[in-house]
Parts: sequence; C-alpha cells; structure tokens
Amino acid sequence: MGAETPLRAGASATPSVEDALALGLTRAEYELVCIKQGRAPNLLELAMYSLLWSEHCAYKHSKKLLRTLPTEGEHVVMGPGENAGAVDVGGGLVCAFKVESHNHPSAVEPFQGAATGVGGILRDIFAIGARPIAVLDSLRFGEPGTEGAGAGTGARARYLLDGAVSGIGHYGNSIGVPTVGGEVYFEGPYEHNCLINAMALGLAPRAGLVRSAAAGPGNAVILFGAATGRDGIGGASVLASAELGGEDEAASDKRPTVQVGDPFEEKKLLECSLELLARGLLVALQDLGAAGLTSSASEMAAKGEVGIDLDVARVPLREPGMEPFEVMISESQERMLCVVEPARVEGVLACCEKWEVGGAVIGTVTDSGRMRVLCDGVLVGDMPVRALVDDCPLYDLAPQRPEQPVYPPPAATLTGEQAPGQILLALLSSPNLASRRPLFEQYDAIVQSRTLRRPEEADAAVLALPGGGALAVSIDGNGRRVAADPYRGTVAAVLECAANLACVGAEPLGTTNNLNFGNPEKPHVAWQLSESVRGLGEACRALRAPIVGGNVSLYNEGPSGPIYPTPVIGMVGRLPDARRAGRLGFQREGDEIALAGPFAPSLAASELAKLRGEQLPDGLAEIDVPAVVAAQRAIRDAVRAGALASAHDIAEGGLAVALAECALSGGLGAEVVLGGQRWDAESPLAVLFGEGPGGFLVSGAADALAALGERTALLRIGSVGGAALSIELAGETLRLTLAELGKASSSLGELFR
Amino acid sequence: MLFGVLQFPGSCDEVDALAAARRVGDAELIWHRDRDLGGADAIVVPGGFSYGDYLRAGAIARFSPAMESVIDFARDGGLVLGICNGFQVLCEAHLLPGALLPNANLRFTFRQVELLVVESDTAFTGACAGGERLSIPAKHSWGRYYAPEQTLAAMDAARQVVLRYAPGENFNGSLRDIAGVRNEAGNVFGLMPHPEHAVDELIGGSSDGLRIFESMRLAVEGARA
Repeated sequence: MGAETPLRAGASATPSVEDALALGLTRAEYELVCIKQGRAPNLLELAMYSLLWSEHCAYKHSKKLLRTLPTEGEHVVMGPGENAGAVDVGGGLVCAFKVESHNHPSAVEPFQGAATGVGGILRDIFAIGARPIAVLDSLRFGEPGTEGAGAGTGARARYLLDGAVSGIGHYGNSIGVPTVGGEVYFEGPYEHNCLINAMALGLAPRAGLVRSAAAGPGNAVILFGAATGRDGIGGASVLASAELGGEDEAASDKRPTVQVGDPFEEKKLLECSLELLARGLLVALQDLGAAGLTSSASEMAAKGEVGIDLDVARVPLREPGMEPFEVMISESQERMLCVVEPARVEGVLACCEKWEVGGAVIGTVTDSGRMRVLCDGVLVGDMPVRALVDDCPLYDLAPQRPEQPVYPPPAATLTGEQAPGQILLALLSSPNLASRRPLFEQYDAIVQSRTLRRPEEADAAVLALPGGGALAVSIDGNGRRVAADPYRGTVAAVLECAANLACVGAEPLGTTNNLNFGNPEKPHVAWQLSESVRGLGEACRALRAPIVGGNVSLYNEGPSGPIYPTPVIGMVGRLPDARRAGRLGFQREGDEIALAGPFAPSLAASELAKLRGEQLPDGLAEIDVPAVVAAQRAIRDAVRAGALASAHDIAEGGLAVALAECALSGGLGAEVVLGGQRWDAESPLAVLFGEGPGGFLVSGAADALAALGERTALLRIGSVGGAALSIELAGETLRLTLAELGKASSSLGELFR
Repeated sequence: MLFGVLQFPGSCDEVDALAAARRVGDAELIWHRDRDLGGADAIVVPGGFSYGDYLRAGAIARFSPAMESVIDFARDGGLVLGICNGFQVLCEAHLLPGALLPNANLRFTFRQVELLVVESDTAFTGACAGGERLSIPAKHSWGRYYAPEQTLAAMDAARQVVLRYAPGENFNGSLRDIAGVRNEAGNVFGLMPHPEHAVDELIGGSSDGLRIFESMRLAVEGARA
C-alpha cells in the first residue's frame, strides 16, 4: 500500500484533544506536543507522548525535588539516571542496586504484579552488566486481622499478602537469585493501595559496567527476549499515574493492563545478556520496562543524542494483527534492547539462539535526532527524541502543611490497663512485629552461596564477597512515623537502615529509595513529599551515603485518602571481614547486655500507641543526628573488631521487643534490670516500649562493653542466660519464657494457612 | 576425580554444585545440548528449574541430549547425584524409583533441616557414620517423596533409602520421611535437600553437605585403586 502522505496515521483518524485527555495528558501538555511536532500528533505519536510524559516516566512532579538529593561520593561509580546505581566495593568490583515499586499492578493482581516487579528490578541490574545476587522486598498492606483498623475482615490484605509473597517467591526462586531480606507492615491506609517495592543488588567487575546510551549511526538495534504481545498496554499511564478506584470492579477492569511474568524466560535473558556483555558484543543495553519499546528506545536515543529508526513489522509478535502503536507501547515482560555494530550482529543473534531467546534486528541508530517508527518500511510515527524524553513540562509542587489530621486514628486492639508482660506479648504477636519467618520461608535465601546471614539472624542481610569481605544490605521505611512527621520520620528511616548495617559491622556506601506517596497535586501530599525528600537528603549527607538511584511512585490513594507517606530506603554497605559479620541473637550464657547509643524512647507514633488506637502526633521529637551517627560508628567498629557477641538496633516496639528478638534469635534468655536508672522517658512504659532512633542492644564480655562505653553512651542492663526473658523496672518484674515469646511471635503463620 | 555438573536453561544451583564439587576434586559444567560428558567420573544433576519446570518438574530436562548420555553413563555404573530438581529429573528418567509431589503445605519452603543417615555404606554417604545427623538446607515446592507402598517396601528391603528427615523435620510430607534414595545398583542417588549449600561453616553454619561430595570422591578413587 502506498502512502499518500509521508505519514500513515493508522486505522483511525488524527486523534483529538479529548483523546489526549483520556490518555492522561493535560490540555496544555497536548498543546505543547502539537508545538513540538509542528502539527497534531497521530494516534501512535500521541500514545508514545502520553506514556513518556506520564508521571511514571517523566517524574514531572518530583524531578525538581529529586535534584536536591546528594548523588556524589567517594564510592559512587554510577549515579541516578542509569538503569541502576552502583558503588565501588573494592577488589575491582562494583555493586549495582536499585529499588522500584510495582504498587498499582499488585493492587490489581498481586501475584503477577509482585512477580513482574521482581522481574523488572532484576532486568535493571543486569542491564548495566551486573549479575543479580540478591533481592529484598518492602511490602505494605491493610490490616490483615479482623480486629484491625477500619479493615473489616482483613480478607483483602490477606489476599494481597498471600499473592504478593507467592509472586515474589515464584519469580526470585525460579530465576536463582536469593531473596535475602525485606520488611512488611500492615496499616489501614494501605488497605486499597498496597505497596510492593522490590530491591535488587548485582555484582560486576568495575570495567564491565555498560551504559544505555545508543551510539554510532548505522549500528543495528536488536530486540531480544520474549515475543511482544498485548499485555500491559498502557500500564505506565493507566496504572502507575492515576489513583486506584476503591471498587473491586474497577480492579478487574484494569487486570488486562497488568503484565504476566515468566521467570524462565528471564533466566535465559539474564544469562544471554551477561554473555553478550562479557564477549564485548554490545555498544549499549537497556531493559524494557514501563512503556516498553517506546521508553527504552527513546531513552537510549536521548542519552546518546542520536536518533533511532524502528520498524514494528520486524518485532516478533505473540499474537497477530497488533497495531503499530500497540507494538510500541506493549509492556510484555522479559525483553531487552541493545545497540550492536553491524559486524557483530551475527554473533549477537547466535548467542540468543544458544540461550533460546528470540532476537531480531528491528532498527538502526541514526544521526537524525528523531524517533521514527516504521511499519514494513512505511513511516507511521516521527518525533524529535528530545521532545519525547526531555521536554515534558516539570511542575512545581504547592506544598501546604495540613491543618487537620490527614489520617484517622487506628482502631484500638489493646484496651484497658495491661501488665507489661501482656503488652509485650500483644506487641510481639501484632502483625507489624511478629516474626517474618512465615514469609521468608517461602523464599530461597541461599542460592549463589553468598548468604552469610539469613533473615532474622542479623539486622541486615550479609553477602560474602570474593576476597574475604562482605556486602550488607538493609531496606526500611516506617510510613506511620513519616505520616506523623515527614521530615524527621524520613531521617529516622534512613538512620534505621544505617543502624542495621552498623549491627553487622558495615559502613554505608550508597542509598536507593522508593518514594511512595499519594497525589502530589494535593497540597498536603506535596508537603509530605517535599519534607520527606528534605529529610532523605539531609540524612544521606550526614551518613555520607549518597543516593545512587531510585524510583518515585505517586498517586497511591484509595477512596479514603492517601497512603501513609512511605519513603522506602535501601542501603548497601561493606564490611572488611566476613567472618566477623554481626548477629542479632544472644550467643553466650553469661554475656553482659547493654543499651548503647543516644536513645530517647517515646511512645509517640509507636507500635504501642497504634495498638491503643491513638491518633498520630503532629510531629516527632528532634533527632540528634550527629550523635546517632557517632553511635553507629562505635557499634560498627566494635562489631568489626569481633568484640560483641550480638548487636541489634532498637526499632519498632522499643527495648522490650528488641530484647525478645535477641532472645528468640539466639535461643537464650536474659535477666534485665532497668530500675534505679535515670531514664529520659515519659513513663516506665515508654522505657519498655518507646521508640526513637539511636538505641542499640549489645551483648558481650564485660571489658568489651566497657570499651564501647568509651565511644558512646552505654548502660549495662543485665546478662544473657536461661530460657526466659525477665525485665525488672520500677519494682515490677516482667517474666516470659522463650516458648511464650516464640508462640506470640509466630502469629503471622495464621495468614498463610 | 572429575565431576561433571549439568547445566540446563533454568538451572539455578549449578554454580553452587560446581563450587562444592571443586572442594573435593575437579569439576566442569556440561551444557544441556552436549552429548559428550567430557570424561567425567561422576555426574551431578543440579537444582533449579530446568526448562522452567514447565509441564512437570524435571519432565523436559529428562529428554535433553546431555541427560540421554547421563542415562547411558548410569546404566554403565557411573555415579550420578541428583539434587532437588536433579532428583526430580532422575525420577522422571526412571533412574530412581518414585516421584516428587507438591509439598504438603502447597508452598515453596526453605528451611535448614536435620537428616538421618540411614545407609552409610553407599557411594554417596561413605564418609558419614550410620545414624549420623546432617544439617542441610532444603528449598523446593515439589519435594514430597512418593512411591507406591509395594515399591517402598521393596526399597526398604533393598536398603535404597539413604537419608530420612529426622523426627519433626519432614516439612514436605514425604512418605516414610524419605529425603534421599538410591537405585538398586547403588550408583544413582537423589535427594531433595541441598548438600552443595552446606559446604562452608561461614555460609549457613554447616559443612555437613560436603560429606556427600567427599563420599563420591572416595568411591570413585576406591574403585580406581
């Protein structure tokens, strides 16, 4: 068929501004597209603009804030802007890592949503030439129990939890990458909008990193991996950039926009990609994620300041009759795009054949600066690359501190006067604090033979490096505390990650983050977001752990309002001697136990306050960041010196819960006396269950603890031994056996029956 | 002593098995399309999800060119160790009796388990003492050992059950607590737990799994001497 005009519009006529609005663009954005194009865009072009100018791809409400974050440091090898960031870990190796969200797809279809979330973050890692070595996940759901806050039966939370955990396991286990850690919290505001954030780490020789910038006009563009189908069409704009409706009908309407993952395909793709890179056959490599070919090709061209011609007729399809625009925006999983010199095309296709992944030359790098889409040689779309990728308008937020509480108080599950022992059992069995064993037992934590510390053995996962050192990694974020105080809550979340690293003896090297927030066009959400990013930047500066990459997920709202603002922080550190990686559990009868660090516990926004149904406070106590950082350094040095038998950061549930965790993890009880001390806390209960950054629970020989006390505040509180935990405070003694503690802590098993 | 470790698309623990075997001898990977086993003295069919475990765990791998050679190698008396997915492949290839069904809890489950060495006079447990306990991790979705009652009785009579889960450790619901079995000739052995993930005290706190590889080395070298 001959084209009368240079551009074939496709089956339908030139779309109208209403079509643009339906695709998520604003009227002004549509007008800007027309200006950039010099004419009205056709359907294919409009579809591509609508995706690349979506919040998900263009970060149009967050980019200005993100520019304030520290991104440079002595260990940083690759910063934000590439598929993943990377830090130097010594020995000629770098660690690539990143966290990404798959919230909206998982709310619609939890198994595939979570599975493809893992698949997507793994592709980001091997797209820069690193072999994925670990996955961690950060999950948020509504209340899973019938007694929870506003959740009714808890059935939806349990369904989402079960599906997401199965999906994460299905993908990670099948592809041979260990899931070494993670966190999960249950709170009412996540009822309609769960959060599924997945973090992956990879290891690469420093010289083996590859960037995604296309280069060399005349070079071939090869698409390899799975065939392209209609799945996930419009995921980035339809799902990731709009609020979810509350009705389940709405969710089922959107189910076809969720992609379906195939870990076997990805395993082959991973091995094939790494072999192609190792053999030096590629100029550039990029994975296909949100917005499929549209974003991967355009972003490769933009980074290399070149143009690309793609012929959609050459794309291997899974189903016949796909329109050019469908091919361009499909989010079919397990695909990669690479740029290859003409002489090496044959070698690349042979490697694809070896690994039994499809490979096809679908285009050419040009010097036109334009993204041109052809269908069997006929031009069907023609756009300036810069307009597509760089010219989306960025918006200023209009932050405003809310006058009224944004979130209703949680429903009380602990009422009346309770003895401290009863409170401790209630906390230990509460969904936010119970043992995560029923989850992590569904994940392979040990494949690849690097895992030195399995989940619940230490505060951070520890992975052996060649040469005797080790990597440590932690992921954390407490949305409720951020909701109470977006700035200090975020500072505390970052400090918490670093504290976890300190407890295994690791020094932070770099940070990744996933900013999960509501609709940024609402002033109070804009305020949460900007305050949180301010805290993130300050804390990372204080720790010298710059941001090397991350992701933003906005519009996380349900019918009852926004989620708790949830910055999820992932931090990677290094320790010199793998043999001395710290543990959280008590190790030896007779060891002394001490509380170390500048700990000022408060019940404000604590887990106990939640169980009692208290309204979130308006603000958290000020944090002495330099003192906390100094305490972390002291703990880290003591662990590295092999001086401590155990080290555990005091977090949710406070000192008493931390003691119970040390006892359960080590299988040893403790006798603790807290009386007679001057406590900087509002009440005895705040001493036991109050929360705040800066506190550590350590055990070891008396002289080792004395030496630690030279470096940071230290209070000896008891000794390790026996089969019970006994805590004496203000004349009252709480005494629970390990069996009682263990039974309370195992409550999550009920959710997977 | 040369171990050959098979590598299928979808294998995950082949690198771990390779590293474990190299602690006691030489070891090389064998690509699934290769019929040539490279002169290996013993074969390891590793864990993972060969060919995605589509159709049924191990059902496709069993027909690969490399496996056809392994079947001949086993019929000629060569030592073959199947771990997890490898055990499933060996059952599918009818080199071992029985089958692996979905775990009783219907979930992928990862757990450090205690195993009892039932038979220590085998090519795979010669370095262990009878009744000894081994601490080795297991991780699988399809690990519930099943065979008809008649077969189980015959296996017991022929001392084919090599490893059992210690009391309280049988999380997947395997019949008679069976964790590892050998063929009648005694040269093919499969187990669901992963000995290659228990070769270094530092990683996982146990090196009990190394005894399996060490036993194979002793058997090969003993036969040679």
